[in-house]
Amino acid sequence: MSIFVDIEKNLGSFHLKVKFESGNNTLALLGASGCGKSMTLKCIAGIERPDRGRIVVDGITLFDSENHINLTPQERRVGLMFQNYALFPNMTVLQNIRTGAKREKDKARREEMVAQVMESFGLAPLAGRYPHQLSGGQQQRVALARILVSDPHILLLDEPFSALDSHLRFKLEQEVRSVIRSFGKSVLLVSHDRDEVFRMADRIAVMENGRIDAIGTKKEVFDDPKTRTGAILTGCKNISAAKLRGDGRIDATDWGMELTLGRNQAVNAISTEETVTRQAASIQYVGVRMHDIQLLETENAGATGASDKAGKSAEVKTGTVGEEVLVCPKNTFHCQVVEEIENPFSMTILLRPVESSHAMPIGLETNKETWKLHRGEIVAIHIPAESILLLEERET
Amino acid sequence: MDWFPLINSLRIAGISTVIIFFVGIFAAYYISKAPRMVKGVLDVVLTMPLVLPPTVVGYLLLRVLGPKRIIGAWFLEHFDLKLTMTWWSAIFATVVVIFPLMYRTARGAFESFDQTLAYSGQTLGLSNTYIFWRIRMPCCRQGILAGTVLAFARALGEYGATSMIAGYTPGRTATISTTVYQLWRTNDDALAFKWVMVNMAISFVVLLAVNMLEKRNTSSAKKGGL
Repeated sequence: MSIFVDIEKNLGSFHLKVKFESGNNTLALLGASGCGKSMTLKCIAGIERPDRGRIVVDGITLFDSENHINLTPQERRVGLMFQNYALFPNMTVLQNIRTGAKREKDKARREEMVAQVMESFGLAPLAGRYPHQLSGGQQQRVALARILVSDPHILLLDEPFSALDSHLRFKLEQEVRSVIRSFGKSVLLVSHDRDEVFRMADRIAVMENGRIDAIGTKKEVFDDPKTRTGAILTGCKNISAAKLRGDGRIDATDWGMELTLGRNQAVNAISTEETVTRQAASIQYVGVRMHDIQLLETENAGATGASDKAGKSAEVKTGTVGEEVLVCPKNTFHCQVVEEIENPFSMTILLRPVESSHAMPIGLETNKETWKLHRGEIVAIHIPAESILLLEERET
Repeated sequence: MDWFPLINSLRIAGISTVIIFFVGIFAAYYISKAPRMVKGVLDVVLTMPLVLPPTVVGYLLLRVLGPKRIIGAWFLEHFDLKLTMTWWSAIFATVVVIFPLMYRTARGAFESFDQTLAYSGQTLGLSNTYIFWRIRMPCCRQGILAGTVLAFARALGEYGATSMIAGYTPGRTATISTTVYQLWRTNDDALAFKWVMVNMAISFVVLLAVNMLEKRNTSSAKKGGL
C-alpha cells in the first residue's frame, strides 16, 4: 500500500523531474495546468514512458530504467481516472463496467463483481444507458466504479471535478472522499484547486515546471509554501518582492513596508536543516494571506484619520517599532484605503501605507460586520509575524 | 442482354473493397502513430494514386506485373500464372486506385479518436486487440464506413488502369465501364445506353445507401454513440 516515484522526462518546453513517496493515504499534486502533474500520473500508469527513473507500487517495480523494467499499462494495475472520465461512448453503463472486470477469467465471478459494484455505486437503474445520456456526476460514478471493479493497487485521479459544474462539485467531493476511504490504499490526486486539495488530501505536493517545490502534510504546506508559486497555488494573494535583512527584518519593497519576522522565522531562514535550499539570499518574496491581516482598534486609526496627520504618525510608528524589534515585533501600519470590494460574504479591502503613496496595494479580507466597525479613509492594520510567508523564486 | 459485365464489375469491386478495407485501415492506424517525418513521406506516396491518371497507374502496374516483367515473369515461371488479361487482373488496378480513399478517410477518423479512451482501456487491463476492435473501430465507424462505400463506388467506376491491365474480352474481362466504351466505339448506341442506365442505377443506390447510413449514424450517435 505504498508508492515510490523518482522519474525524469524531457518534455521539450520543460524537464519533468519528480521524486516522492506516499503511503496508505491521499497525496495531492497541486499545480497550475501544464506543470507536469498529469504527465506524472501518465508515467505511473504506463501510458507515457519516463526517460529515466523508477516507479514502485506496493513493492512491485513498474518501471526501472536501469534494470530495463517497463510493465505495460495492462500489467500495472494502476487505476487512472481521466479528467473527461474516458467512458467508452459505444457501450452502455453495464458494458463499460464489464470492461473493468475483464482481468477476472471466471465468468460467473466476473458477473458477480460487476453486479456488486453496480449495486454499491447505485448504478443498477442506469445499466442500459449510454455515457452521453448521463449527467457529469453519473459519468464520474461510472468511471470510478469501472476502475474499482478492476481491483487496482493504487488510484490516480486526474482533476476529478474539473469537468463538473461548481454546484455539483461539493456533493461529488463527498462521494469521492467516501470511495477513497473504502478503497483504503494509496491515492494520488491531481488538481489546481487549493480548496479541493485541502478537503480531499492528507498530504500535498506543490508542483511547478515539472518540479516539486514543497511536500508535506497539508497544514505544513499551507503554513509554509516555500516558493512564490506555492504561495499563489495555496491561495495567497498578497505577494511582494522582498529583501531579507540581517537584523531579523524584511523589506517588502512592493508594499513599501518593513516587516519584522518572528524569532523562529528569522532563524529558520538563515540556518537549520534546510540551509542549502533556503539561504537568506534566496528569499526574494514575502507573502501574507488576506485573512491573516488584522484590523486594529479604531481609536488609533480614527485619531490619525485626518490626512494631514498621517505622515507624522507613520514616522512615530516606525520609531517605536524600531526600538523593540526583537522583543515584540509590531508590524503595525497606518494605511490608506484604496478600494473596498464587496464579496458575497466578506469584504476585501485594498490598502496602501500612508507614507508610501506609490506602493502596490495589499489586500485584507474581513467579514462585513468587522469592516463596518473599522471603516474609514485611514485604517490601522497589524500583520502578525507568524503569518508572514518567506518565499523563494525557484529557477526553472 | 448479357449480364456478365455487371457481375464482373460487382465482383471486382467487392473483392477489392474487402482487401482495401483491411489494408487501408491497418495502414491508417500505423501511419497515424508514426513519427512525423515518416508520416509525411508515406502520406504522399500512398495518396499518389488518387491524383495520378489511371493510365499512369495502369502503365506502372504493367511494368511490374506484365508477363515479361519482374513479378509477372516470376509467377509465370513458378505457377504458370499470367497476372494480366484475366478478370481478376482488374483487382490489382482497382485496389491501387481506391486505396487512398480508404486510407485517408480511415486516418482522419483515427486521428480524431479520443486517445484517452484507448489509454483508459489499457489501464483497465484490456488487450490492445480488444481496444482496437471493440472501442476504436466502433468509435470511428462513421469515417470508416464512409471510406468503404466511397472505395466501392470508385472501384465500380474504375476504367483506365483496368482496361490496360485486364483489357476488354467480352464474357471474360469486360466490366461495365469497358463495355460502355466498346459499345460506343462500335456504334451500338442502344446497348451502350442500357449499360449507362444500369451504371447510373447502381451509383444511385450506392449513394442512397451512404446517405441512409449517415442518417442512421447521426441518429444513433444521439441515442447511443459517438
